[in-house]
This record gives sequence, C-alpha cells and structure tokens, in this order.
Amino acid sequence: MTGDGSALHMVLTGDPALVAIVKLSLIVSISAVLLAAVIGVPVGAFIALTPFPGREGAIVALNAMMGLPPVVVGLAVFLTLSRSGPLGSWGLLFTPQAMIIAQTILVAPIIAALTRQTIEDLWVEYREELAAMNVGPARRVATLVWDARFSLVTAFLAGWGRAAAEVGAIIIVGGNIEGFTRTMTTAIALETSKGDLPLAIGLGMVLISIVILINALAWGARRAGERYAG
Amino acid sequence: MFDRRSLIAALALGAIVITSPGHAQDKSIVVASTTSTQDSGLFEYLLPLFKKKTGITVKVVAQGTGQALDTGRRGDADVVWVHAKSAELKFLAEGQGVKRYPVMYNDFVLIGPKTDPAGIKGMKDVAKAFQTIKAKQASFISRGDRSGTNIAELKLWKDAGIDIDKDKGPWYKAIGQGMGAALNTAGASNAYVLSDRGTWIHFKNKGDLQILVEGDKRMFNQYGVMLVNPAKHPNVKKDLGQEFIDYLISPEGQKDIANYKINGEQLFYPNANDPSA
Amino acid sequence: MKMRALATDLPLMFVDVAIVAGEVTILEGISLTIVPGAPTVLIGPNGSGKTTLLRAAMGLIPATRGGITWGGRQFSPPDHRAILFQRPVMLRRSAAGNVRYALAMAGVPREERAQRAADLLADVGLQGLERRPARRLSGGEQQRLALARALARHPALLFLDEPTASLDPAATKAIEDIVRAISARGVKVVMSTHDLGQAKRIGGDVVLLHRGRLIESGPAFEFFGNPRTEDARKFVAGELLV
Repeated sequence: MTGDGSALHMVLTGDPALVAIVKLSLIVSISAVLLAAVIGVPVGAFIALTPFPGREGAIVALNAMMGLPPVVVGLAVFLTLSRSGPLGSWGLLFTPQAMIIAQTILVAPIIAALTRQTIEDLWVEYREELAAMNVGPARRVATLVWDARFSLVTAFLAGWGRAAAEVGAIIIVGGNIEGFTRTMTTAIALETSKGDLPLAIGLGMVLISIVILINALAWGARRAGERYAG
Repeated sequence: MFDRRSLIAALALGAIVITSPGHAQDKSIVVASTTSTQDSGLFEYLLPLFKKKTGITVKVVAQGTGQALDTGRRGDADVVWVHAKSAELKFLAEGQGVKRYPVMYNDFVLIGPKTDPAGIKGMKDVAKAFQTIKAKQASFISRGDRSGTNIAELKLWKDAGIDIDKDKGPWYKAIGQGMGAALNTAGASNAYVLSDRGTWIHFKNKGDLQILVEGDKRMFNQYGVMLVNPAKHPNVKKDLGQEFIDYLISPEGQKDIANYKINGEQLFYPNANDPSA
Repeated sequence: MKMRALATDLPLMFVDVAIVAGEVTILEGISLTIVPGAPTVLIGPNGSGKTTLLRAAMGLIPATRGGITWGGRQFSPPDHRAILFQRPVMLRRSAAGNVRYALAMAGVPREERAQRAADLLADVGLQGLERRPARRLSGGEQQRLALARALARHPALLFLDEPTASLDPAATKAIEDIVRAISARGVKVVMSTHDLGQAKRIGGDVVLLHRGRLIESGPAFEFFGNPRTEDARKFVAGELLV
C-alpha cells in the first residue's frame, strides 16, 4: 500500500489492496451487526415485554452500555483473547474474528436498547387488541417484532454505522496487520501517522461514502415503513 | 419468523467461517515489531521476498518496542524484532526469548524546523545539541511510548548530563505515539524530534522539517530478533519462526535488507555477523 | 371449520359484581344477565362504567368482588366472543393483513384465510381496500375493519364499545346496518352507547348505568315508554345525570 500522489488514483481506479481493505471492513462490520442482532433483538424484546424484579435497572444499564468506549471494549477483549488470557487457547487475537467479537460487543447494546424501546412502545399500543384477539406470549413477540420491522432495520443500520466508523477496539484486538486485519479506519489511522495524507484522505472518502449510504438506507427504511405500514 | 432469525444467524456464522484464519493459517507466523520499522516500508519489501522463498506468510503487528516485547511475553507473537538492546537483553534474562541475533542497524537523526531556533544545525556532538535545546527551551517532541527510539532519546539526554524527568518543562512534549505521529506533531509545532532515518526518508509530510544533526556514533540504532520461548508458550511456531530468523541473518537475507532503498538511498545496514552488535 | 357452538358463553351472568382499581370503585353491585336474542344496549353518561363492564364481560378484567359466569362456568376461554374497542388500533399491515391476522389467531388454517378475509371485508363494505395500509383508512373505515377483525373470530357473542362515537352520520348508519345484519344471523350483540337515538334504533334490551351502578334494565319499549326509576326518567327525557 505504498502510494504517493497516485494514492487518490488508487482509490478511484479500484486498486486490489484497497479493495481488500474495503472488503474486510464490510465483512467485519456487517458480521458484527448480524451477530449483535441475533443477540440484541431477543434481549430487547424480552426486557420490553417481561416484568421482572430489577427491570428498570436493566433498562438503565442497557442504555448506558450504548456508550461503551470502544478502546475499553478493545482492551477487555484483547486481555481475554491474548494467549495468556482466559480464552487464549482459541488463538483468536490479531484475527478478523477478534474484531468481529469486539464490534459485536459494542453494537449489541445499541440494537438491544433500540429494540427494547421500539417493542415497548408498540406493545403499549397493541396490548389491548392482542388481548382481545387472544394472542399468546410467543405469537405476541413475533407479531411485535414483525410489525416493528422497519424501526428495527433502522436500529440495525445505526449499529452498522457505529461499527463501520469505529477504530479504537479493532486496532487493539486486530493488530492492524496488512492484508489480514487492516480495515478502512485502521488504515486511515496508519497512513495518517506515516504522513501519507493523500491515501488517508482517499480512504476517508470511501468510508464517508459508505456511511452516507448507510444513512440513506436508514432513511429509505423509514419511508418504506410509512408507505407500507402506515 | 424463526426461519428468518435462523437465516440471519447462519449468515453471521458463515461470515465468521469465511474470515477464519483456518484458511490461510497453514504457514504463517506473527512477528511483533516496531512502528518505526513498519513506517520505513521495510516489511512491504522484505516479507514478499521471504514468502516467495519459503511460502511462509509473516503477519506483522507493529507497536512500540516495549509493547512488542510485552506481546512476546504474553505469547501472542512467535518472533519479536525490535531495536532496543537493553530491553531485548532483559527479555532474554526473563527467559522469554531463546536467543538474540543482531540483524541490521540504521541510525537516528535529529530533525528540526528550517528556522532552527536553537541553532544546532551541523553540530557533530549530539549531546551538546541536546544541551543547547534545553538551554534555549526550544520545543522538543518525545515519543514517550517505551519504543526503541524513545529509549534511545532518553539515553541521549542522560549522555548530555540532563535528568530529563526532573528538568523538563513545557517545551518538552511527550505524545505517547509512533514515529509518524511524532514527526507530524513536530512539523505542526515547529519543534525538534529524534527520528530513525528509515521513517524519516519514508515520511511524506516533511513540510519545513529537515535533518539538523547526524552522524554521531551515539545515534546508532541496532536491531535484534528473537524467537519467543516455546518452553514458556507452547503455541509458538518455533520451526517457522526460526526459519524466518535464519533467513534474516543469512547472506541472502542480509543482501535483501541492504538492497532496500528509497530514492536510491539505503536505509538499513546488515550486521548479523557482528558479535558485539 | 369451527362450528359456532350455540351460545356456550350465554347466559352471561354478573352477580353483585364490583370492580375496584386502586382507590377508585368503577363498578358496584352489578347484577345482570345477558341472554341470547336481540342486541343488549348499555347506555349511560360518560364515566358511568360502560367500557369496564364490557371488558369484564369479555373476560379481560377480573371482578374484584362478586362473580361473573359464562354459560354457568367461572372461566371460559375467549374462543367464541370478540370485542371492538372504542378507538381500535390497526396493526401495521394492510386491511386484509389485519383480518388475516385475526383469522390466524382464531385458528383458521392458512389456506382458508385469504378467501375468508375477502369475504369479511365485503361483509363490512370494505371490498376493494384489501391492500390499503390499515392505518391509512378513514375513521369509519377503521371501525369497520376492526369489526371485520372481531367477526373473523366467528363469535357467538360480540361486544362493541361505542362503535360510532366519533363517526359521521353516514358512517354511523353503515355500522348500525352491519350490527343489525350480524344480530339477525344469530350473534348476540352487546353494545354501549351514550346516544339515546342509537339505543332506540338498535336496542332489544336496554341497561342504564350511572356512576358505576346499574340503575334500570329491561326491554327497550318498556324502558323508553315507561321508565321506572327517577334517573331513567331523567335520562330518557334528555336531562343530564350528574
């Protein structure tokens, strides 16, 4: 990835090393969002619908976890996955898997908290009608999640935005290894510190385009929700 | 609804499998090295040559020297390749490394703004230059990150008879980051900074900065490579790691190192056959 | 297909029922029997407890004191009864989607749902609006859709809570026509209203509530022609009960 003024040219013409970096960024961030959704949606729905002692505290904790500092999460995962850490035998440090794990930890609370909010609001609205139609607890969850699907997609996109823009956690657990764990954000950090600003700027432009795309999709999801569900 | 959920879970697991290192893992090692070495561009030149010769992929995690050695201590790397002999010997004494091999050296250069507020340009004695910088309270950027360069800088203050911890003032700024960041900061604040020559030549944002003092033999920067001790960390790939070390100190490897040039200028001088290095 | 078990929830009896929420007594001393036949209309001023009584009859709220029985049983699953709330909530789906959902919850097999939904929508006069997002229907249309949802349960007993309170006269007539048609098919309708005219138009039996108590009940012609209690006389005369 050595470049000079032609760095911008690399960006525009799809240099293979650059493509590999963008591909890894997408794989890591999207995998993290999918895993975070598998964890976060059930947790959020459960908290929204189930009365249990300490529920209020759980909601506060969940909302607080949306603000987990990425470097702290990175450090915790690093110490856990290091060979001398509890899960060292898995050999996951400095791999894309470690990056996915760290980002899943960052994104899952966002999805869980937004799911909780969405499902709870919808439950308040639907509660009587579902009771009147004699809907059991399992069907109730499925109904709420399906009817809230557009809002949930917006939550997923919020999580994806967070993952795509993050650098603190993945640079610690990934090691920014060229060709293996170097993503757009970690590459920008590296190229900036090497003083290769045109390349860093080029990567930055690609990253911003992706973030804009994510936000456009979120807007589209909201509009689709209004159109189809009213 | 549950079909949808399982589909998503399957996709996620699939993504993990695809990115699994199991695919490319067969012949690879992790080398903990320094940001200066990475910033010099040496790895991008040397590692493909090694891979072509042996089929072994070298994954470099670049940190400061102190951090790189700690990575070795935790068993998260197979080989450590840094440039701070005292720290390396300590690593060996702890039983964390098997044997230390000198590989190459480059030198440090004292960088500063064209305007040279401390007036040290062309001095032959680097200790005197440091004394002058402190006397004039000229802005100085230190890496402050336990890197090899940082350790060398601290030693030079000591050679100049200055206890920098006690005598530093607001003119001395420790930033805790790599060489590139330090050069960027020095350029932006018209300050002096000690850099390794490799990173300096490779650095693209020089601005008004230039080399002001060089050549003093105290600015000599020796690199050493060690295999992480498999007795302490059974997961270390000792055969592949030793193969990498053997390449670096072999005549062929040493020639490859010497051939690495930027703008026609050689960066590193191989000296594996110097027992005192 | 579920056979409509003829009125297993009837007679529906309230025996000295009181319903208390926190410190507020909403209903007190309610004794009432609902039998098959012409519609029963609950009337009374706002806040008299009509909504709570309907919900209790549906089985959504338990009695604090006294007992409610359905066909002689203390517990009866709501399989054969349905309720339409005053401000029904549309699911975020199409009109047909809402009805199909109600059919699914009532246990109708998947293959039959599309056709039955179309039939039900036609019954309530919403044919052609199957694909419209339900939340974008007009007030009157939403009320009729909620009615279609309730009918999807193939109820023997149908509760309606002020179904035309917020509708214009044309929409009101549409709903009343449907209610009469349903009643003619043998479904027992229990409907609340604060509109005297509507009570006269619909009522077989009339039940007057005021401040949580049952003031008077009886066949409509008796109630309107010859009210026995002071409150009933005042109400029929159009006076405000306070």
